[in-house]
Amino acid sequence: MGEEVKVIGFSLSSFCVRVEWALKLKGVEYEYIKEDLRNKSPMLLKYNPVHKKVPVLLHGDKPIPESLVILEYIDETWKDNPLLPEDPYERAMARFWAKYAEEKCVFGTWEAFKAEGEEREKAMESALESFAFLEKAIKGKKFFGGEKMGFLDLVVGWIPHWLSVLEEVRGMKMLDAERFPSLHEWAVNFIQIPLIKECIPPRDDLVNHLHATFSHLRSLSANKP
Amino acid sequence: MAEEVKLIGMWGSPFSRRVEIALKLKGVQYDYIEDDLTNKSPLLLKSNPVHKKVPVLLHNGKPIAESLVILEYIDETWKANPILPQHPYDRAMARFWAKYIDEKCMLALWNACWCEKKDREKAVEEAKVCLKTLENELKDKKFFGGESIGLVDIAANFIGFWVGVIGEVVGVELLTIDKFPILCKWRDEYLGCSVIKENLPSKEKLGAYFRTRVESASQSK
Repeated sequence: MGEEVKVIGFSLSSFCVRVEWALKLKGVEYEYIKEDLRNKSPMLLKYNPVHKKVPVLLHGDKPIPESLVILEYIDETWKDNPLLPEDPYERAMARFWAKYAEEKCVFGTWEAFKAEGEEREKAMESALESFAFLEKAIKGKKFFGGEKMGFLDLVVGWIPHWLSVLEEVRGMKMLDAERFPSLHEWAVNFIQIPLIKECIPPRDDLVNHLHATFSHLRSLSANKP
Repeated sequence: MAEEVKLIGMWGSPFSRRVEIALKLKGVQYDYIEDDLTNKSPLLLKSNPVHKKVPVLLHNGKPIAESLVILEYIDETWKANPILPQHPYDRAMARFWAKYIDEKCMLALWNACWCEKKDREKAVEEAKVCLKTLENELKDKKFFGGESIGLVDIAANFIGFWVGVIGEVVGVELLTIDKFPILCKWRDEYLGCSVIKENLPSKEKLGAYFRTRVESASQSK
């Protein structure tokens, strides 16, 4: 498999970082192409015309967008350190929880981040309900993947770093060690793993970016009739 | 090995019908359990406590929820008539388009049919963008899966059938031959496949179901 591998991404995006984690886990060399999301390159628009978003994996001249699709492609192309389990039922469970985490945990957290007042309380409760399901899924296990990290660990890998920054920027507490002891423990351990740690963006950069994002969102809603 | 396959579904749900198409395509024997979604069964609530939705596949007692997850499980468990292609890149493209249909198209098409009149023009435009995107992807292929139906075609069952039925009821025609000749051709081929034809709800029954919905919505205003 001598074809070149490139990742078109944005360093602060957890969706892009999870692709890097997968490639590093499998020992795949790749070139990283930084994208300025305020001024999208012709390359990005060519390789992801449907969504115009990062990440995009380029394997040779073949583009693959959508991070979960990319993770499965990586897993099927490079066989070292499998991300998904062998057993079809276990694979289905990993896919189910990945979809759930994207749709409820990510979305729910983002809603809580954006909202104010009563709306925020509601959004937070909803997000926390979704975290309760993750807590159940990780209970008694070192990783979501079992003894070794796998697909689901990479998919919820935004929690240890990105969530803590979101919490700081908005002064909210979501990953409570008392309410979610197993999830909290997993998060603390996960972020210490060298290959995980080496891909995460500097905390200050992420804090600044999310402060700016929040201000921008508030100004947009202030301008609404 | 004695195998027990059950499907908890709902007759009018495209998601539920997707799973039936896949099981029939692969010649898998299964028991169908119709769920009354206005009064969800203990079995459904136990098998899908997270979403409490259909479809749920039960394989030897083990539940799997979410139709696209179920389709991949079926493909990996029963090898006849593969739904996904062999090559990783083609598989990635199939997953990409199935996801696009589920996450963008279905919502846009549904909105265009059910939104308030004042929002209709914008909603229809958005729905047409989705259909155009699919039209461009299909190009000169007979099906999204190539010569035979695959994951994307199964995921597109809503577009192939439901959109037309709902459209007639609410008076919104989305899949027009002048704008989407390739997609219309696909639809006709698709509805001509026996495994699809035999796994659709009755047009009359589905039309009546949506007409009731329109009537009760206008009564509650």
